[in-house]
Amino acid sequence: MAEENEFIFRGIRSSLLKKSPLQTIGEEQTQNPYTELLVLKAHHDIVRFLVRLDDCRFASAGDDGLVVIWNAQTGEKLLELNGHTQKITAITTIPSLEACEEKNQLILTASADRTVIISLNLEESEIAVLWNCDSGRQVQKISCFQSTVKCLTVLQRLDVWLSGGNDLCVWNRKLDLLCKTSHLSDTGISALIEIPKNCVVAAVGKELIIFRLVAPTEGSLEWDILEVKRLLDHQDNILSLANVNDLNFVTGSHVGELIIWNILDWTVQACERNFWDPSPQLDTQQEIKLCQKPNDISIHHFTWDEENVFAAVGRGLYVYNLQMKRVTACQKTAHDSVVLHVARLPDRQLISCSEDGSVRIWELREKPQLAAEPVPTGFFNMWGFGRVNKQASQPVKKQQENATSCLLELVGDLIGHSSSVEMFLYFEDHGLVTCSADHLIILWKNGERESGLRSLKLFQKLEENGDLHLAV
Amino acid sequence: MISAPDVVAFTKEDEYEEEPYNEPVLPEEYSVPLFPFSSQGANPWSKLSGAKFSRDFILISEFSEQVGPQPLLTIPNDTKVFGTFDLNYFSLRIMSVDYQASFVGHPPGSAYPKLNFVEDSKVVLGDSKEGAFAYVHHLTLYDLEARGFVRPFCMAYISADQHKIMQQFQELSAEFSKASEYLKTGNRKAFAVELEKKLKDLDYTRTVLHTETEIQKKANDKGFYSSQAIEKANELASVEKSIIEHQDLLKQIRSYPHRKLKGSDLCSGEMEHTQDQPDQAATASNSDECPDTDLYTCRPAYTPKLIKAKSTKCFDKKLKTLEELCDTDYFTKTLAQLSHIEHMFRGDLCYLLTSQIDRALLKQQHITNFLFEDFADVYDRVVEKQESILSKPVQDRLPCRSLEECPIPQVLISVGSYKSSVESVLIKMEQEFGGEDYKEVEVAELSSFDIQENLDYLDMDMKGSISSGESIEVLGTEKSSSVLSKSDSQASLMVPLSPQVIRSKAVSHRTISEDSIEVLSTCPSEALIPDDFKASYPSAINEESYADDSEEAIHFQASIDLTKMGEPEEGNLENTSSQADSCCIGKESDSLLVPLSTPVHTLSDEDGVVSIPPQRYRPKDQGFSMDFVVENANSSSRDNSSEGFPAYELDPSHLLASRDVSKTSLDNYSDTASYVSSVVSTSLDRTPSSAHPTGPSSERHKKRAGQNALKFIRQYPFAHPAIYSLLSGRTLVVLGEDEAIVRKLVTALSIFVPNYSHCAKPVKHWVSSPLHITDFQKWKLIGLQRVASPASVSTLHILSRYSRYTSILDLDNKTLRCPLYRGTLVPRLADHRTQIKRGSTYYLHVQSMLTQLCSKAFLYTFCHHLHLPAHSKEAEELAASRQARFLKLNLGLVNEDVKVVQYLAELLKLHYIRESPGTSQPMLRGESGTWTAVWAEAVETEAALPSPSAWRTGTCRKSLMHLHISVVGSPVHGG
Repeated sequence: MAEENEFIFRGIRSSLLKKSPLQTIGEEQTQNPYTELLVLKAHHDIVRFLVRLDDCRFASAGDDGLVVIWNAQTGEKLLELNGHTQKITAITTIPSLEACEEKNQLILTASADRTVIISLNLEESEIAVLWNCDSGRQVQKISCFQSTVKCLTVLQRLDVWLSGGNDLCVWNRKLDLLCKTSHLSDTGISALIEIPKNCVVAAVGKELIIFRLVAPTEGSLEWDILEVKRLLDHQDNILSLANVNDLNFVTGSHVGELIIWNILDWTVQACERNFWDPSPQLDTQQEIKLCQKPNDISIHHFTWDEENVFAAVGRGLYVYNLQMKRVTACQKTAHDSVVLHVARLPDRQLISCSEDGSVRIWELREKPQLAAEPVPTGFFNMWGFGRVNKQASQPVKKQQENATSCLLELVGDLIGHSSSVEMFLYFEDHGLVTCSADHLIILWKNGERESGLRSLKLFQKLEENGDLHLAV
Repeated sequence: MISAPDVVAFTKEDEYEEEPYNEPVLPEEYSVPLFPFSSQGANPWSKLSGAKFSRDFILISEFSEQVGPQPLLTIPNDTKVFGTFDLNYFSLRIMSVDYQASFVGHPPGSAYPKLNFVEDSKVVLGDSKEGAFAYVHHLTLYDLEARGFVRPFCMAYISADQHKIMQQFQELSAEFSKASEYLKTGNRKAFAVELEKKLKDLDYTRTVLHTETEIQKKANDKGFYSSQAIEKANELASVEKSIIEHQDLLKQIRSYPHRKLKGSDLCSGEMEHTQDQPDQAATASNSDECPDTDLYTCRPAYTPKLIKAKSTKCFDKKLKTLEELCDTDYFTKTLAQLSHIEHMFRGDLCYLLTSQIDRALLKQQHITNFLFEDFADVYDRVVEKQESILSKPVQDRLPCRSLEECPIPQVLISVGSYKSSVESVLIKMEQEFGGEDYKEVEVAELSSFDIQENLDYLDMDMKGSISSGESIEVLGTEKSSSVLSKSDSQASLMVPLSPQVIRSKAVSHRTISEDSIEVLSTCPSEALIPDDFKASYPSAINEESYADDSEEAIHFQASIDLTKMGEPEEGNLENTSSQADSCCIGKESDSLLVPLSTPVHTLSDEDGVVSIPPQRYRPKDQGFSMDFVVENANSSSRDNSSEGFPAYELDPSHLLASRDVSKTSLDNYSDTASYVSSVVSTSLDRTPSSAHPTGPSSERHKKRAGQNALKFIRQYPFAHPAIYSLLSGRTLVVLGEDEAIVRKLVTALSIFVPNYSHCAKPVKHWVSSPLHITDFQKWKLIGLQRVASPASVSTLHILSRYSRYTSILDLDNKTLRCPLYRGTLVPRLADHRTQIKRGSTYYLHVQSMLTQLCSKAFLYTFCHHLHLPAHSKEAEELAASRQARFLKLNLGLVNEDVKVVQYLAELLKLHYIRESPGTSQPMLRGESGTWTAVWAEAVETEAALPSPSAWRTGTCRKSLMHLHISVVGSPVHGG
């Protein structure tokens, strides 16, 4: 918020009145339920990852190589796992096998120290065993990696997990390397998802590579992994990759290309392109130029529901309707800086967090009147930036006006972090957890609900103490 | 030489009863009987009994075997305290109670002298002639050179107020026992060292004698002994005997009954040593090697001396001083404990009692008391005396019952306060009262005492506490009156039935209630309002700085010199105000002022408006100008006191100086009709009584916080929303350049900050680095430095960023950014038109208001039906509406007041739920709801608000009044 650098007490009002493209919300946020927050401190460096373990626990991991397990209700630190010497680059959990009686949830972490640690997510009583003996099945460390593992994926059906670095490796639960691909690229795999038919999609630079996993059969006892197809539709590095539903997966690139793929035959279903290259011949009917700088149109994260894909594009948020195959709502400058993570909440709400340190809650609403809507003008004001674009702007503008039938309205602004908010997790019952580059994790709580819970606890305790005398 | 029995205090009784007393409006316990001595020009706290000392002190005396009773030292060690009081005479009095029936020496049937470990005895003595009453604590110390190895000492708490001694007997006894324990422990240690030295001497002597005898033997081989040799042999034998005796003594002193040490950890050092080493040490000292293992001998090696055969008691030898008799560490501890006692019992009895009751009641509110109470100074004292204190309020609470049962309920309470252990050896009193009736009452009351108390009492080892002769008034000893009342030799407890007690009790009741003060001040029939004001203050005893007060006096007497008094920053304004000053002073002695000022006071009270502006047009309205000057002197002196003059506050001589000043002004205090005179004269009584157990610092802190809070409320139009922010848990950031001013305001406002727990308040007085979210979570009141550097940009940026959680009070620009407040609670708590003038009074007012608030929060938190659904299917909305209804209708809360109680309720819940304190972290609350930034616009404010230096002079007061109006009428900007 550059304007606020000039903040003076007398001047605050005027600064707020300045024409700012960023939508702001006052302190009165009646629809924002998060009125209590709890600051959790354990990390000494940027906290990058949050992983949900169960209904009331989550793990955080950061550049300090620490993994900390927290109670989402009380904010209590349950465990601190330190095994990595460098920053953690990927974290995932391996759910316990259904057949297996013991509920051993494993946490898989990969680090820049080129190791992957698989650690048992233990109940407190077991910690001592684990960290005292520091051996055995409970903690295992693999360090035979040639490169940093950037992504981890668990294929639960096959009971294997994959690590993606410069190559793709397949492991089983016992940490045996089952098979691996050849060296793919120096930049390595940036994202990895599972798709049907024992396939995985890996994003390697601009390419999407489909691999097929061959499980051991009667014929061959060996695992194998085969490259099936390379998809070259993206113009720039692919930053995000996500499964949307049973039919589609979606990818987003650095220059704002959003492509919906058919999950079965790997064909392009729809494409929302934002070319940096201004060549007009590439303008297809669905192409939209969203922003002027490549950094401002890079697609960092997706979330989705049945109808829509919500994309974090640069500083903005876009709602792409899968049926209509077009953007139905957008908030071009949802944040001051790049949006890093988005997630959907119940009740058509959306949360986004950004490098500017803010976390915002949005609500998707039907637009009341298309004509009187001021949003598109704001949208196009910034839009006609380059001279060349002006030619293209007119037709797109018309289309855009028709397209944005919905509205993303800001309902809450969660201010707490002083630096980039990397990620967040939403718990139905406990609220929201955010992690940030300011080394902090903040637990945002619904004040009213918490108050009720405290009352409940209070009377429980009174009853335990035998102090509760109910009037007859 | 010893005076007649003390009846002085009771002869006033008739006079008291004759006093017309026709105001049955108030219940008797709240009524204030007219002061019987007012015609003599004395205030109730002046020295009635004609005591020659100015305030309570502690005296340590010794019964020296050489010169008889003699005073050793006083605490405080200042001749001005005891003045012309005859310490020698009084030492004789207190030491002549020969309680020591213990036998030391050779008991029959024992070969060696026996040390007797005697208990201390505790006696209450009175001397009407001297106007002195004393709690006397006798103890015995060991001295190898003394007769029978013992030196009798006593410590006496001497006060002019008999009832204080009687009613605080238990507390005095407990505290003095601690001091005595220190002293005796140190003495045992020193005595053992002494014995070891002596043993070494004897051993050396024996060796010398032995060699001499051997030499003589060799020289004398003729087979007969010369007389010289026989003499030597005898000498040797006596040395041998002496060695055995001393070894035995050493053994005895080291085997000091350890059971007596139990519970007193102060002696642990001694215990661990003496338990395992007595035998070893005794044998070790036989040998020539210095027993270095012995902890007692941790000192430079001792070179033994030859002891002359006939070296026993002679009167020219110098007895050891008290300090020499005691181990240095323990002696220091003893002195510290004694000065602690002196601090603890300073002040008027009614203050001591009310503060005790107050603390006891607070302790009972264990669920809510953490919110606003400052507990640091309560726990240390209350815990150990819990029973004795708690027994009082219980009785206190049942006034109806006791009113029926006995004629004077308060007396029973006071009896309870020193339990049943004061025995009264009654002299002449039976003649004055119909003793029988009272006795019955007493016995009845005593029988209702805790069994525990009686057991406690029975535990005490009763050495013969016999009054030695009629001439001494032993008003009480340690014996239980419940026991004694059965024996017909003693009369019942009569002492507390004096009318004086009733009066002082009544006063104490009156003075704790702020309302009654106002009643008094508005009562038009009271001719001497300032006097009554004064009377009400000493109960609010604190160090209400005599420095301030004396400053005021100085201001008054030399107001022309105000500009020279070293306040350059307010020079100009002082000039303008000093005119007013001098104008008033000129008429200060005008007795007409009294009736003039009184109606004005009344008027202003009734209207609820201080109408300052008329004063401008009628500068000769003495009542008002007087008021104004008072304000002026007051506020300027406040600043003085907070910024300088530490010497005034610490040096007791200044105290006395101010007292002298006050005495002189006492003559015409009724004429001045100003608040100042009463301030000055009350300082006479208040200053010596810091009265709070942990000493004056916390008390002074409270007073100062109260003063500054009062100032803040009067001077800032936005005080209410600021206080609301604090009460509702929204962090208030006080932003300013000047650290001293910011700190002062933060301290002042901290009295409104609710605590999370019994730990320190969530207040950060001064921060210069940018704030983080964790700071807002941790602190609820922050003093923040405004820096004129680029760094401030980030500081301000953060402030604006977190504005959802904070209210920002900009001291330099006089702006406040905070939510709108429209409740009624804070205006009552912080009324800018309040008649309260003193910081301590205001502090008490705030405390009482906050206590009310706490009880509301308590009700709200613990009402079951409000928070839990009546049945499982009930919607949450229903519960919410029930809560809202309860808050509004039952608790009478409006608008934002609801949020205050809700916040306090959350704190209560958290505190109650918390298993062990400190595990759960405080929540940071960003509130939803109606948010409106209140802006005292800079333009307006600067025009209306005087400059900071002007606040202190008080000249701004009028302009402030205008400001209030203008600000109230100024637009409140919606956010």
